[in-house]
Amino acid sequence: MSQWARPEFTAVERLRGPLAVLRGVTGVGWDEFATIRLDGGEVRHGLVLEADDDLAVVQVLEGTAGIDPARMAVEFAGSPLRIEVGTAWLGRVCGGRGQPRDGGPPVTGPVTAPVAGYPVNPAARLPPSEPVLTGVSVIDELTTVVRGQKLPVFAAPGLPHLELAAQVAAQATAGGEPFCVVFAGMGLTHADAAAVRAALEDRLAAGELVLLLNLAGDPVIERVLTPRVALTVAEHLAFTEGRHVLVVMADMTSYCEALREVSAARGELPARRGYPGYLYSDLASLYERCGRIDGLPGSLTLIPVLTMPAGDITHPVPDLTGYITEGQIVLSPGLHARGIYPPVDALSSLSRLMRRGAGPGRTRDDHLDVAAQTLAALAAARRAGELAELIGEEALSETDRRYSEFERAFEDCLVHQGPGQSRSLDETFRLAWQVLGKLPRRELTMIPADVLDARYPAGGGPAGGPAGADDRAEARP
Amino acid sequence: MTGTGSAGRISRVSGPLVEVSGLAGLAMAEVVELGEPRLPGEVVAIDALRATVQAYEYTGGLAPGDPVAARGAPLSAPLGPHLLGGIFDGLLRPLAGAGPFLRPGAAAAPPGAGRAFPFTPRARDGDVLAAGDALGAVTVAGAVPYLVLVPPGAAGEVRGISPAGDLPAGAIVATVGGRPVPLTGSWPVRTPRPVAERLEAGEPLRTGQRVVDLLFPVTLGGTSAVPGGFGTGKTVLLQQITKWCDADVIVYVGCGERGNELAEMLTELSALADPRTGGRLADRTVVIANTSNMPMMAREASIYAGAAVAEHFRDMGLRVVVVADSTSRWAEALREFSSRSGEMPAEEGYPAGLASALAAFYERAGLVTTLGGRTGSVTIIAAVSPPGGDMTEPVTAYSVRFVRTLWTLDRDLAYARHYPAVSWEGSFCRDAAAIGNWYARNGDPGWAHRRERLAAVLVQADQAAALAELTGATALPAAQRMAILAGRLVREGVLQQSAISATDASCEPARAAALADAALEVADACGRLADRGVPADLIERQDFSALLRAKEEAATPEQVRGRAGDLIGRLSSLEADREGGPRS
Ligand SMILES: Nc1ncnc2c1ncn2[C@@H]1O[C@H](COP(=O)(O)OP(=O)(O)OP(=O)(O)O)[C@@H](O)[C@H]1O
Ligand SMILES: [Mg+2]
Repeated sequence: MSQWARPEFTAVERLRGPLAVLRGVTGVGWDEFATIRLDGGEVRHGLVLEADDDLAVVQVLEGTAGIDPARMAVEFAGSPLRIEVGTAWLGRVCGGRGQPRDGGPPVTGPVTAPVAGYPVNPAARLPPSEPVLTGVSVIDELTTVVRGQKLPVFAAPGLPHLELAAQVAAQATAGGEPFCVVFAGMGLTHADAAAVRAALEDRLAAGELVLLLNLAGDPVIERVLTPRVALTVAEHLAFTEGRHVLVVMADMTSYCEALREVSAARGELPARRGYPGYLYSDLASLYERCGRIDGLPGSLTLIPVLTMPAGDITHPVPDLTGYITEGQIVLSPGLHARGIYPPVDALSSLSRLMRRGAGPGRTRDDHLDVAAQTLAALAAARRAGELAELIGEEALSETDRRYSEFERAFEDCLVHQGPGQSRSLDETFRLAWQVLGKLPRRELTMIPADVLDARYPAGGGPAGGPAGADDRAEARP
Repeated sequence: MTGTGSAGRISRVSGPLVEVSGLAGLAMAEVVELGEPRLPGEVVAIDALRATVQAYEYTGGLAPGDPVAARGAPLSAPLGPHLLGGIFDGLLRPLAGAGPFLRPGAAAAPPGAGRAFPFTPRARDGDVLAAGDALGAVTVAGAVPYLVLVPPGAAGEVRGISPAGDLPAGAIVATVGGRPVPLTGSWPVRTPRPVAERLEAGEPLRTGQRVVDLLFPVTLGGTSAVPGGFGTGKTVLLQQITKWCDADVIVYVGCGERGNELAEMLTELSALADPRTGGRLADRTVVIANTSNMPMMAREASIYAGAAVAEHFRDMGLRVVVVADSTSRWAEALREFSSRSGEMPAEEGYPAGLASALAAFYERAGLVTTLGGRTGSVTIIAAVSPPGGDMTEPVTAYSVRFVRTLWTLDRDLAYARHYPAVSWEGSFCRDAAAIGNWYARNGDPGWAHRRERLAAVLVQADQAAALAELTGATALPAAQRMAILAGRLVREGVLQQSAISATDASCEPARAAALADAALEVADACGRLADRGVPADLIERQDFSALLRAKEEAATPEQVRGRAGDLIGRLSSLEADREGGPRS
């Protein structure tokens, strides 16, 4: 079929926003890929959004600006977009459609795959059960990323979510097994893109990274394709080539805005805040491409990164993302203001699959107990903080004061780390124990006694009496 | 009647919406095959020139001019013994063995292919049977008593009944009144299967979740909706019920949700033993999985497929529970399709038919006398995922109207890791009186009173806590402080229940009652002490952990009562101490 020159169609009835409506086409299928040639020799690309008799609605990825409808010709590929996949993508820097950006030749590979992907058969999935270690203490300890999971980063505008994503992409490993990263940037500014690139330079040089960048100045509609190209490349590296692949997609809010633009141009009835009603299903068609598959090697783990407009977690983009992903890592403006990096709000963050991916045989024997205890203590510290606001710091009980100290130590020692600093799991847990040592031993009720005997820092607190003993004593008149 | 044979062509494709023309005599709800890959679709509207079809596969590459063929039958699902322990897509095509990636148009294996089902006849040639009567039984892997019934509409003399022995899924078991009865029948999923009579419900489904069984139970044959924002615990609650409730068959419909969740549940169901039968939990479960990345319109069909499967087992005289996660994703599929077809939208873009479609779905629940004279039930429990947690949005608002029981999950409770995060203010059970009567007749006359007390304690605790936020807890009168304490004992000692606990993931009714009674008695004892002048802060500082940990540590109702007795004894010594010492 492809040896034959395919017919070109030139009867453009209408251009509107990113859409071109063509008349007199024949045999053009829905979601088909199109190549658009302009008079001056410029080439653009498109996807068929609707095929109605001899009419085709094409969304032009590069936009329609500058197109003269009388001087364009459209050739349809005969099928939905397929790209060549293979290990040649590793070490490359490309644009949002996968076109080279590093001066190299177009990326080729031994096979092609449709960018829309095929749904993974739920009966063929294996439950995620091994960790991806990020070298970021607060994530590794409290919201462990599990191979095959989708775990987004939510941030209000102005927080360093991109730095954190780049750091995770630079540092993540899968216990010595083959590992690589596909980073899809959407709507990034030049400065952001440069920072991401700098953070990932070593990985790129080592051939462990594919970088796809759609910048803020690049065509908006191209962003609709960027995550699909990234995931298609990643699926092949994972399930055919046997690597553990981490896909980072930033910023999903920019992606959704591109979808909204197309939807508005089509005159579709919007659901919430102008976003199309199919936003949930569209996001799911991306996020659900992660996982582990029975009988196939490798795994695909996904970290979507997104800005919550006005910091609102009920905004459709974070809300629908939260409804699809398996937990969330939430950044806190308060911590950021205090100079803590990464400003992860441990209490609002959760890795829903952590229980399966951490603990004995996976990370450390004491991991789940330490994490549960740390979270419980942070919750208690927060209650003590609220109490202190009501009745004053001085009126707090000795125990409550210890909780406040614990919280500060947690933020300053464990959470805070350099953007270029990777901590080993043992280093993270050394710090976690040091921080827990700020609490009296009797408060650590979620950790078994023998573990405490072995790990609780000597001299970290007064010898433990029965739970609550000193509270009772100090409250007595 | 049907368009089989005439030359149909596709005229328009827009995602899952396909318009076809040239098929004379096409019927509403008829299934058609689209294009060369013969993708299944269903006719949802017909006008003079074109018929509108909702496609059940990805339509990429489908073009105007491509051929269409009519199948001549409405969307139907194969119903047979192969369903138990299996996993299927929204059209009930088997997913096991379908390969790691689902390609549109790939031929699915016929249901139950390659398996043999041990059949024992229960009727003889010459017997005259009516619809719903049993022709025989099939021995299945678990403990479900599987019957092969005379299908609705058939009756008469039995001929050619199969002897005892293994049958393939496609076998004809007998002819009844001249009509062949296959082991695996077919049923149009959107049509409810007929029953002899609908009955008044009153017996509760025992779920093993205390907040449900003690406060907001659902009847056998009842309906319950579970609205809650993301991460509030809908799926965990539904999966706990799937694992531990006392139904005979569970139909779990994963409707537009996550693949990893289903994988994990399938793994657990295969590993866990059914405490009532000793078999695998998987053997009483039918999983219908149309995850969020699978074709959207098959998601729409999946809840009807689930209802049809449930009715199939109900007709055998079984208690069946349909669990659907999440009806919001089903409603979104409706909205997506209606907006593509240019239908006039009602609220928030949903089609005007949303309310009636939801009502009709819940209507398929019920306690019934089957055509064969057995008593069977279908209970429907469905998650709702309100955008932005907004409980006034249409799917939530309609669901609340149509269900008998509501479990509203509260984000603040979930955030405070109070699981299950069922809000006592936002939830209801319209059948509490009938269920109370049932308990009174069946060995627990205290159920209704216990429920009232628990509810009262929770409400009073919230009122007192609201007051405390204004004045500070220490400024409250002792009685109010005891109300706050009582609320904490009930919340932490009774309602909280960890799904990952080795001992408490599921709780027997008697132990649940004992835990509730223990918390209430201790709370009463504290109230009495405060009345008699024991200082509130002294009572508050007592160690209640033996009671709060009883849910995890006390395995039997006796042990629970023992702990409560010890604690009350210890508390009463506070008063004795005071009586011995100087009065303040
Ligand atoms: N009963 C429970 N015991 C322990 N943990 C629970 C319980 N219920 C919920 N959780 C915790 O809350 C997390 C989210 O629960 P769940 O997946 O059921 O949410 P959901 O309401 O279905 O969310 P979504 O709408 O995103 O699907 C779980 O991964 C688990 O960590
Ligand atoms: Mg869920």
